Amino acid sequence: MPDQEQLTIEAAQQKPAEGRFFVRFTREQRYMHAALFSSFLGLAATGLPLRFSESIWARGLAGAVGGFGAILFFHKFCALVLSVAFLIHVREIFLRGIVRREKGIFWGSTSMVANWKDVKDMFGHMRWFLGLGPKPQFERYAYWEKFDYWAVFWGMIVIGFSGYAMWFAPFFARFLPGWALNAALVIHSEEGLLAILFIFSIHFVNTHLRPDSFPMDMVIFTGVESEEEFAHKRPIEYARLKKEGKLEQRIGTAPATWYVNFSKIVGFTAIFIGLTLLVLTLTAYFK
Amino acid sequence: MNHVERVAALIIASAIFPCEWAGKFLARIAGRKAAAATLAGLVMALAAAGLNAQTDCLACHGDKTMQDANGHSIAVDGQKFSASIHGSLQCNSCHEDIKEYPHPGHIAPVDCKKCHADEGTKLAGSVHADGKDHPCTSCHGDAHSIFPKSDARSAVYPLNIPKTCGTCHGNDGMAQKHGLASVYPHYIDSIHGFALSKEGLLVAANCQSCHGSHGILSHNDPKSPTFKANIPKTCGSCHAKIEDDYESGAHGHEIAKGNLKAPVCTDCHTAHAILQPTESEFRMQSTPICGSCHKDKLSTYRDTFHSQLGSLGGYVETARCWDCHGAHQILPASDPRSPVAKANLIATCGRCHAGANASFVQYQPHANAHDRKLNPALFYVRLFMNLLLASVLTFFVIHTALWLIRSRFDQVKRKSANGGKNA
Repeated sequence: MPDQEQLTIEAAQQKPAEGRFFVRFTREQRYMHAALFSSFLGLAATGLPLRFSESIWARGLAGAVGGFGAILFFHKFCALVLSVAFLIHVREIFLRGIVRREKGIFWGSTSMVANWKDVKDMFGHMRWFLGLGPKPQFERYAYWEKFDYWAVFWGMIVIGFSGYAMWFAPFFARFLPGWALNAALVIHSEEGLLAILFIFSIHFVNTHLRPDSFPMDMVIFTGVESEEEFAHKRPIEYARLKKEGKLEQRIGTAPATWYVNFSKIVGFTAIFIGLTLLVLTLTAYFK
Repeated sequence: MNHVERVAALIIASAIFPCEWAGKFLARIAGRKAAAATLAGLVMALAAAGLNAQTDCLACHGDKTMQDANGHSIAVDGQKFSASIHGSLQCNSCHEDIKEYPHPGHIAPVDCKKCHADEGTKLAGSVHADGKDHPCTSCHGDAHSIFPKSDARSAVYPLNIPKTCGTCHGNDGMAQKHGLASVYPHYIDSIHGFALSKEGLLVAANCQSCHGSHGILSHNDPKSPTFKANIPKTCGSCHAKIEDDYESGAHGHEIAKGNLKAPVCTDCHTAHAILQPTESEFRMQSTPICGSCHKDKLSTYRDTFHSQLGSLGGYVETARCWDCHGAHQILPASDPRSPVAKANLIATCGRCHAGANASFVQYQPHANAHDRKLNPALFYVRLFMNLLLASVLTFFVIHTALWLIRSRFDQVKRKSANGGKNA
C-alpha cells in the first residue's frame, strides 16, 4: 500500500504545478537559509573531528576535509560566513523593527517571538499526538519553528562568542578571567554538539522528513507553496489573510522545474551530509 | 699463481709417484677435487718442505671450488688473506693442530682466544657466550679476510655493524627462538640509522655504541650499558648536554634515587626506532608515553583544545607535554627554573600565543570539568551545558517521535496530507 501511494505522490510531483502558489519566504530569507546551512555543514564537518579527535573516523575526516591544517582554516572560514549572515540578519531586524517600525516584528501573529498561543499549541499538539484532542491550527510560524529560530539565534551567540574567545584568546583574556578560556571550549563544544544533534535529527524530521513534508519541504528553496499546502499547514494564517483580503498580495509564481530539481539536489546533499555526520557523532558519543 | 703452482705440483707428483691411476681412482670414489688436493698436498709436503706455509697451503686451498667431504667450501682467497689484518701470520699460527702434511681430514676449530684473550673472556660472560656458530666469525665475518674495525671492508666497521648484527637481529626467527624482537628494521629507520646509512656518519650510534661489542649483557643485568639505570649515561656518552639536563630534572633525580619506574631516554625516545623529536610522528606518539605514568594529566589534557587539535595527526604545532614542561630537565612547577613555574608562564605560553598576558596564563591546560572542588566554575558550566543538551534533546526526541507516529497514522487512515505540493 505505502509503495503504491509513494508512486502516486512521486507521479504527482513530476506533474507541472497547478493552481495558485503563495509566497512564504523572500529571496533574502532563502539566501539566508542557504548561507546558514552551508556554513553550518562546514562547521559541523570540521568541528566534529576536533570534538571527537580520539575517534576512529576523526583523522580520516580531517584528511578528507583537506588535510589537517585545512580543518581549522575551514572552520574559521565558515564561522566568518555564518557571523556575517548573523550580522546581516540582526541588521535587518533592527531596520525593520526599530527604524521602519514595521508591525509584527516583535509581537503579533507574524512575529518570531513566542506568545501564549504557542504554549497552548505545544500542549495541544502533544495531546493530539496521543489522540486526546484535536490538531491545533497554526499561524505563520508554529511553536517548533520558533524554537528552531531561537535555538539557532542563541546558539550563534553562544557558539560564536566562545569560538572567537578561543580564536583570539590573548585578546579576550584582557577582560575575561583565565577560567573563562577553559569554559569557552566546554561551552563551544557542548553547544555545537547540541546544535548538530538537534539540526540533523529534530529539525530534519520536524521540517522535512515528517509525512506532511516528506521527503523535503521545498518552500525554503522555492519560496512558494501551493494553496492547498498553505491552507493545510497554516490554516489560521490562511484564514486571516483571506479575511483581511491580503491573500492575493501573497500570490507568487510557480517555480521553474530546473530550479526545483537544482534545489532538490542541494537539499538532499545537505540532508545526506547531515545524516552522515549525525551517525558519526552518535558512534563516537556512544562508543 | 696458485693454480699454476698446483698444476706444477701435480706434474711433479706424477713424475715422482707412478700412481696417477690411484689418484684417478680416488677421485671417482671421493670426489675429484678432494682427491686431487690430497694428492697435491702430499706432494707439496714431501717435495717442498720448508717453504712458506701460506704458499704451501694455498697450493691446494687456493682453489676456489675446493670443498670438504660435507660440501663446505674450504677455499681461501690468498690475496684477500694477505691483505687482511692477519695477513702476516702463517696458516698454522691459527690452525695449530696442523703440524705436517698430510694433515687430518678433520681439524679443530680455531681458538681466537689464544691471542685475543680479553675479548674471549668478555665474550664468555656475554649473551653471545653459548652461540653455536663460531663466536668470532659470526660478527667479524670470513675468518680469512678479517680487517681492522677502522677499515671499510670490515664487518665491524661502524657503517657495517647494523647489517652485521642485523643478520641475526633482523629476522623474526630470532624473536621466536630467543624472545628478542627484530630490531634491525626499527634501527635502520631511526634517526641514528638514517645518519649512519644515508649520511654515512661514523659518529652516529650503531649497535655497538650502546650495547658494547664482546661483553654484551642483557638489559636486565645491572652491569649492562642498556640496563635502565645506566641508559642516561650510555646515551650521554654522545648527548652530554642532554644527560646533564636530564640528571638535574625530576626524572633523573628519581633514577638516581633508584626508582626504576621513572623514565629514562629510551622510555620516551624508544631504544631502536628513535625519531627526530620535531617530526610529527614522534610528537604524535610521545604524549601517550608521558600519559602512561601521568594518567590523570593525560585525561585532563585530552579534554583541551591542545589535545583535540593535536590528536588529529599531521599537525605538529599544538602543545604537547614537553612543549610546556620541558623535555629533559623536567621540574615541578614549584621550582623557579621550571617553564611551568608561575613566574615563567607568560614566557612559556607566549612561545606560541603571542600577546599572552597574566590573565591569559590563568588558563588551566589540565582543568578537570568533572572536579567540583578543583574547578568549580568549569564544573557548573559543564553541568549546565550537559543538562541543557540532555533536556532539549530528550524533549524533542519524544515530541518528534510521537508526532511522526501520529502523522503516519493519520496519513494511512485518511490517505491525505502526504508530501508538499509546493514544488
